[in-house]
Amino acid sequence: MKLKSYETIREQAYSDRLPNGLPVFVVPKRGYNKSYAFFATDYGSVDRRFKYGGKWLDTPEGVAHFLEHKMFDTKDGNALTSLSANGASPNAFTSSDITAYHFESTEKFEENLEILLGFVSVPWFTPESVRKEQGIIAQEIRMTEDSPDHAVYYGLMRALFRHNPIRDSIAGTVESIAEITADTLYSCHKVFYNPSNMALCVAGDVDPERIVAIAAGVLPGEPGERPGRDYGPDETKAPASRETAAVMEVSQPIFLIGAQADGDRSGRGLLRLELTGSLALALLAGRSSPLYMRLYEAGLIDSDFSAAFESSSGVAYSVAGGSSRDPSAVLEEFKKAAAELGASGPDPELFARVKKALTGSLLRALNSFDRICYNCARGYFRGFDAFESSDILESITADDVSGFARANLSPDDMAISTITPKKEAAN
Amino acid sequence: MSDVTRQIVAPGVTLTCANTDKFKTGCMSVNLITGLDRKTAAMSALLPRALRRGGARHPDMRAVADALDELYGARIEPIVRKKGEMHCVGFFADFIDDDFLPRGENVLEKTASLLGELLLMPCTRGGLLLHDYVEGERVNLINDIRAGINDKRVYALDRLLENMCSDEAFGTNRLGGEAAARAVTAKALTRHYQRLISESRIEIFYCGAAEQERVASALTDALSSLPGRGGGETGSDVKLSPPSSGPRRFTEALDVQQGKLAVGFRLGECMKAPNYPALMVFNAVFGGSVTSKLFLNVRERLSLCYYAASSVEKHKGIMTVSSGVDFSKFDDALGEIYAQLDAVAAGDISDWELISAKRAVITSVKSAMDRPAGLEDLYFDHAVASIKFAPDELAALADSVTREEVASIASGVRADTEYFLTGESA
Repeated sequence: MKLKSYETIREQAYSDRLPNGLPVFVVPKRGYNKSYAFFATDYGSVDRRFKYGGKWLDTPEGVAHFLEHKMFDTKDGNALTSLSANGASPNAFTSSDITAYHFESTEKFEENLEILLGFVSVPWFTPESVRKEQGIIAQEIRMTEDSPDHAVYYGLMRALFRHNPIRDSIAGTVESIAEITADTLYSCHKVFYNPSNMALCVAGDVDPERIVAIAAGVLPGEPGERPGRDYGPDETKAPASRETAAVMEVSQPIFLIGAQADGDRSGRGLLRLELTGSLALALLAGRSSPLYMRLYEAGLIDSDFSAAFESSSGVAYSVAGGSSRDPSAVLEEFKKAAAELGASGPDPELFARVKKALTGSLLRALNSFDRICYNCARGYFRGFDAFESSDILESITADDVSGFARANLSPDDMAISTITPKKEAAN
Repeated sequence: MSDVTRQIVAPGVTLTCANTDKFKTGCMSVNLITGLDRKTAAMSALLPRALRRGGARHPDMRAVADALDELYGARIEPIVRKKGEMHCVGFFADFIDDDFLPRGENVLEKTASLLGELLLMPCTRGGLLLHDYVEGERVNLINDIRAGINDKRVYALDRLLENMCSDEAFGTNRLGGEAAARAVTAKALTRHYQRLISESRIEIFYCGAAEQERVASALTDALSSLPGRGGGETGSDVKLSPPSSGPRRFTEALDVQQGKLAVGFRLGECMKAPNYPALMVFNAVFGGSVTSKLFLNVRERLSLCYYAASSVEKHKGIMTVSSGVDFSKFDDALGEIYAQLDAVAAGDISDWELISAKRAVITSVKSAMDRPAGLEDLYFDHAVASIKFAPDELAALADSVTREEVASIASGVRADTEYFLTGESA
């Protein structure tokens, strides 16, 4: 196994690749009760049209998420309950770009790891179990339909993008999941759940060689194919629409401002873009920014307001939002401050302080095993080493930040999504 | 392994110190504890927010934000918790451990000092808390109270408890009521502040790599102007039985896609001499885990919902169950929830269910010890409930809980109130 040490953050990572193509990462953590395993596939809700064995295939919205629910079924029962009964706390999630299965346990870690690798690699679906799950997921979809955060986010995605499937909800719709059959699930499992399209990350007080041996023992020996993906035609930078709005049962307007960003979509360049974007958004609208102070003191935002940079499946974008009695006033101020950041760059003292704070928050994230393993797997899929974040952040300059603002926070490229209270709308 | 000590640093002020070097951050909380009271809850909730706006040496948000950035992004946030009928307000701070920073940064001392300043040296004019800060945060608090409606799952539980405990202190929202929040003035808040700071019981918690002497000395310096106090008694009034006429039902309609069902129970007899490990196992058997009867029946077997879960409020002796279901399925879900509780009470618990529930409890206790905020919450909970055993002991006791103990708890549990959130057109 290869061992890499990261001096500044005092972390180490062992890595290896099995003959079947699966990368294995182990981050040793001494003195903890729990160990954590994270088994992920490079398959998210946006991977609906893909090429495998030379053929292009189209699938309904929501398959990746449906598959995540159904993978826990085994021929003999349910892996969620077996893991839980064995002292592990298991869970899984589907994001727009990956699906991951994970557990933490304070005992019988190796046994639980075998269960995890086993159920994720061996599918077991029946028409009856698929039908049953349609009922459960339909309720999950209904639940998200009542969530204003969900609605404001997808409102923004639809305003920013014309084609990319990030526009559509991860779980799909009640109608789209009705099209899913056991066959759909088997074929998508075959395409995306082969070891060459997956990654295993473990954090805890464990023996790295044992982890590799267990994975080699449980998983299929043959490498697979990395499927091709199609997210539709290239997006143009200008938003599809500048505003979207919906009415819901909320107490005051909720809003999200966003703009697309250019730049690398993989490799170290993507990590650098993500860090530059995060620093730029913190300087523009973070809790120490002049804009934040101004808006807060004017009563236009409260402490829920936040700004971030995101990237996923061929797209990257800046977002900022919260709740406000007057979202358009916030948008106007946000545009002005963004133009100002692009033209004059950040205040040098503020730049130094905010960078220090961001360094601290990268370090803080290393307390969390989930965060470590997620970053590790996602970094592998996108071609970068997430542990290099602190060093890359150190090399980002004030000019990089103003360049980012000029290129990616142009007022003309911004869109806003708003959820208005039902009571207000009626007046 | 963490090494935990508890010491009285001043009359009515206790410091709990969990010493461990496994994290990259340290955390600290200072909590003022009073009885939950409908009349003052909003003021108590408002207090740390207003104080957070600035202190004598860092008089505005700009100065506080700059100081925190300079401390490598340390955070000091208002914290407002409801534990049974105790209302706990103050600040929670977390910061990068000095071991990861250049020598002599002393982030622990500097963060403690800023926290002490915000708590004890507020910006005042003419002896009153600054009007602008009180007013700004009063509006924010009212907005937050109203925003309770945004998350329908939480909203349904809040409405359930408001209705169920309408004549008990527990029925008061953590943030207080809107009308009470509206009435707050700088003068009233200043008086409330002075009372809280000089009379309430204070619990301080630290978790991190620094030795106890260093922490105690940092905090003693930071909190030196804290007046002495008696350390008044607080506790929760536990009501054992529901109305004799059977559960009350409340229904409310909103423009929503999914119905929410929330049921409140009184834990009953078992609260006379609470056996906390057994309560935790009971909750995991009934509805608090993925191997629970609610998860396996209401969700997996009947596909009625995405979630159906129970939660126990051990200080007050209440259990709640919540689920999101189709409007037409309220009665099916409710019937199944009651049937599963009856099954637990009848001792219809397989070995597998009991063992799985214990494993879930043990894992959650042990893994909480692996997060700074998890440790803080665990020890804070213990401090206010006067639970004497350490997490490891709690885990061992959970492991020895019997089927009979679980069934006996369930047999004393009584439904008190049902709450339905339904659609407008349903």
